[in-house]
Amino acid sequence: MDEVMQQRLQAFAQRADEEGLVDVSYASVDSPFGPLLAATTRRGLVRLAYPDEGPDTVIDDLARRVSPRVLEAPARLDEIRRELDEYFEGGRRDFDLAVDWVLTAGFARRVLQATSRIPFGQVRTYGQMAANAGNQRAARATGNALGSNPIPIVVPCHRVVRAGGNLGGYTGGIERKIKLLGIEGVLL
Amino acid sequence: MAEVLPPFQRLLDAHAVDVHRFLVASVGPQEAEDCFQETFLAALRAYPRLRDAANLRGWLLTIASRKAVDSHRRRGRAPEPHAEVPDRPRPPPPERETAMWEAVRSLPPKQRSAVAHRFLLDLSHAEIGQVLGCSEEAARRNVHEGVKKLREAGWTR
Repeated sequence: MDEVMQQRLQAFAQRADEEGLVDVSYASVDSPFGPLLAATTRRGLVRLAYPDEGPDTVIDDLARRVSPRVLEAPARLDEIRRELDEYFEGGRRDFDLAVDWVLTAGFARRVLQATSRIPFGQVRTYGQMAANAGNQRAARATGNALGSNPIPIVVPCHRVVRAGGNLGGYTGGIERKIKLLGIEGVLL
Repeated sequence: MAEVLPPFQRLLDAHAVDVHRFLVASVGPQEAEDCFQETFLAALRAYPRLRDAANLRGWLLTIASRKAVDSHRRRGRAPEPHAEVPDRPRPPPPERETAMWEAVRSLPPKQRSAVAHRFLLDLSHAEIGQVLGCSEEAARRNVHEGVKKLREAGWTR
């Protein structure tokens, strides 16, 4: 695709956005884990996906579950890009951006919303998160909810660990959890 | 059960070049820019209501065709507007070479449009008449004259 066509498409993405026709905007965002796929709705950040989830699969899933009006629009993701850069460089403790919870429901949503309130640099156990979400005995369901987190890093599921010091699992590998907890000074 | 529609970005990635080429052939390079934007805005607006995702390229080209007609009309060249977006696509048109479309672009507007509709969208003469707001006979004549000029310029189908 040549440069003139790129500009034509950029102009289109901007006009479509101005006319309120874009339900999901997405872009690639650099990270220490490789390029993340970030997607936002008018309400806020709806999805952040690690490279191994496959960007095409993630975009298809957004079209099916949120809206088929999906456009690539890097400018709409500038804020998340900036905040993530600052976080990875160790200069940001909290994310200021709004989150759209539309891809979550029920107990899982309550778990993830409780998780989003765990402060930077602290950890909680699966049991504590189950209790926070209103069902102390649902440790396994809590693990599943965290495993299906559509917005990792920003909704910090890496701050939930097993009681007794074991780190527990993490989407795409425990090294990521170790790296994130390292950024936050929990692990050295 | 709702139709499973691909993300709209994929339509742009796959068909923007063809839609633009069709518009350049139908209305010329300057008008094509506005028509291109209007085509994809109309498509995006109508997209969630689309009932058949089997031929998205044909659907986009049909919208483009109507935007081209509207553009002609604004310049006083064709009478009938086609404002609504079709909710069913047309059959896929055959692939054509860019160089030939450059030759098509050099035709007078009515012939250019008729030829583009006939061979890029694969419409019948009666359908071209409907879209361009002229009789079937006039559509046939414009296609014929256009093709004759292309042949004289060394193009064969």
